[in-house]
Amino acid sequence: MEGRPLKQALARAQSRAKRRALLLVVPLLLFIVVTFVAPIGQMLLRSVHNDAFARNMPNVGAWFAENDGAPDEAAYSALVADLRLARENRTAGEVGTRINYELGGTRSLFTSGARGADDLEPPFATSLVEDDAKWADPQLWQVMRTASHAYTASFYLAALDLTRDGDGNIVRVPEGRAVYLSLFAKTFALSALITAICLLLGYPVAHLLATLPLAKSNLLMILVLLPFWTSLLVRTTSWMVLLQEQGVINNTLVATGITDTRLPMIYNQTGTVIAMVHILLPFMILPLYSVMRPIRPHYVRAARSLGATSWTAFRRVYLPQTVPGIGAGALLVFILAVGYYITPALVGGASGQLISNLIAYHMQDSLNWSMAAALAAILLAAVLLLYWLYDRLIGIDNMKLG
Amino acid sequence: MKKLLVLTAALMAPAAHADVTFLGWGGAYGRAQTEAHLKPFTEATGIRTVMTDTDNPAAPVKAMVEANNVTANIVSLEQADVIRLCDEGLLEEIDPAALAPAPDGTPAADDFLPGALTDCGVATDVWATVFAYDDSRFPDAKPTTIADFFDLEKFPGKRGIRKGAKTTLEMALMADGVPASDVYEMLETPEGIDRAFAKLDTIKSEVVWWEAGAQPPQLLADGEVVMSTVYNGRIFAAAMNENKPFVTVWDGMQYEFEVYAIPKGAPDLDDAMEFMSWSTETQNLANLTKYISYGPTRKSTAAVKKTWEDGTTDMEAHLPTSPQNMTNSLETSFEFWVDYDSELNERFNAWLAS
Repeated sequence: MEGRPLKQALARAQSRAKRRALLLVVPLLLFIVVTFVAPIGQMLLRSVHNDAFARNMPNVGAWFAENDGAPDEAAYSALVADLRLARENRTAGEVGTRINYELGGTRSLFTSGARGADDLEPPFATSLVEDDAKWADPQLWQVMRTASHAYTASFYLAALDLTRDGDGNIVRVPEGRAVYLSLFAKTFALSALITAICLLLGYPVAHLLATLPLAKSNLLMILVLLPFWTSLLVRTTSWMVLLQEQGVINNTLVATGITDTRLPMIYNQTGTVIAMVHILLPFMILPLYSVMRPIRPHYVRAARSLGATSWTAFRRVYLPQTVPGIGAGALLVFILAVGYYITPALVGGASGQLISNLIAYHMQDSLNWSMAAALAAILLAAVLLLYWLYDRLIGIDNMKLG
Repeated sequence: MKKLLVLTAALMAPAAHADVTFLGWGGAYGRAQTEAHLKPFTEATGIRTVMTDTDNPAAPVKAMVEANNVTANIVSLEQADVIRLCDEGLLEEIDPAALAPAPDGTPAADDFLPGALTDCGVATDVWATVFAYDDSRFPDAKPTTIADFFDLEKFPGKRGIRKGAKTTLEMALMADGVPASDVYEMLETPEGIDRAFAKLDTIKSEVVWWEAGAQPPQLLADGEVVMSTVYNGRIFAAAMNENKPFVTVWDGMQYEFEVYAIPKGAPDLDDAMEFMSWSTETQNLANLTKYISYGPTRKSTAAVKKTWEDGTTDMEAHLPTSPQNMTNSLETSFEFWVDYDSELNERFNAWLAS
């Protein structure tokens, strides 16, 4: 039999092995695509794509495509034709909701406009405006123009406290309605604070765990892990019992005469920070512990024997060896804190709200999913940016998760 | 998303065939509907009924109709959802003439409370947002009006309020002396909104904000707040079942309708219609109050004696629809809130954070 060249046979065998290996990964790959990549992709799409107006209002959309500037009689008659269409297809509510996202008080304008559209007589520019003067509002027309494109940046603008005025210029929203930027800032500041407190509290504990004899450290480890395994809601509600004004801590403080007035420790930022530090602490301790455990005590002893003070030995010898653990723990805690939702919702009150609470509000209450997606996408981008910065400054290879 | 909903709807097909398949909210409310309407209806007519629970029946209705696989033929909905779903053509229209007249012969259209009958739904009961206080915290003077809720001098202590613009802004205006009939007109103007927030500013430092309906009775029981806005059914249940000294103040209450509706293309339409008409008869509407303190929607129920499950408590004083409780009351405007919800909640969130 004529032999095949060795190189070819080898390549063939190798590619077969590769294919088989790929088959093993396929379930995981599919799982990630279905449960992670696809939803995030859909969410990102939703933040820039909303065709509720474009799909249901074809005539006025065509007018926008051909004309700039103020609406004329042709524009009004296209609008009336679309309103009649919306009445027929029962889509006026959907269209109105889309416009209402950007201009309050307009959903009922569209539903009642559609209801009365059949009775209107030309010229529509006068009859429609006679029906409701809001139809002449230049800002309404500006919003409709933007909404006539299925792809829009409006939701990102709104998520950054920006809006378009009647001429289409991008401007800041009025003082009383600007909420998102300051909330983003607050979310990152609070998360950084929580990360710092976790590090300060977790570092000594992890060190103790790593240096104690195994039997004792295992017992201590269980004390760290038990709350970690307890339901999040149970832990959050137990903090409510402890921290509230008629709660255990305040009762003790007043009974022992340390304070006369009961301290407000919950339903504000303090409550959010305390409860979140407690909940996120294991995420700091565990990576630190896994990095500290293999560090041999000889290094510090050697430094000490060469004349270093204990502070110098810690700073120059021990600390640098734990940096991968600090990095991993801090990143883990920070990223978890940035997206935290249930704890601030329960104990945060008015001042302890994070951006995730507003995302939840737009998902569940206002049903403005595009807005929720835009806010979530900005949060995602900010976290990725931080991750990139971390990689540049410390190096992702330096991270050790366990 | 649509596909997912279709799939859920397909999987939700009932286990056994029934002639009336009821889609409800579960919990105490679902139990009340089962005991007061479903079981007695089967006994009276022999038509089989089955109760299915969901978080909010509006979502499965949309999914079922769009998937062309409607399995439920009576659903319990909030008024806001009925109007929205009806606008989108997802519900059957209901002719008021098909409903039973009052015992004295008054046609249904005149016997129901204003706003209770819409194109696609028949309101069965009324629930309200009221405020309640802990009696033991105010040994002398007791709060009696909505203005007292904002009076920190006369009634010091923390207050619980639902975190959100809806009902909060209306309450602030009513406490500031605006008549209920002018509240929504005023909230459409910038001055009215400023006035509401200015009133809220006066108690902002003393407010504990709650989100879930179960929270206010708990906050009151823990002594975290001395008074709180609360859903009237919740606070009544806490006072009855746990013997708490909670007192409901009805002045300035805001009420909403709960509605029975039929999804478009529902099976066994005749049975569904019969159930609709039977359960909204005067006596049967009133029977609901035996299990839940929500008010019946027909004027003629005033003549019917309404008693709680325990057989002794007269429900008249505990219902949002009782005339003595409605003296200063406001019907929550669905139209207003679909228009201004996002705008006012943005303002509200900004105000909270400042």
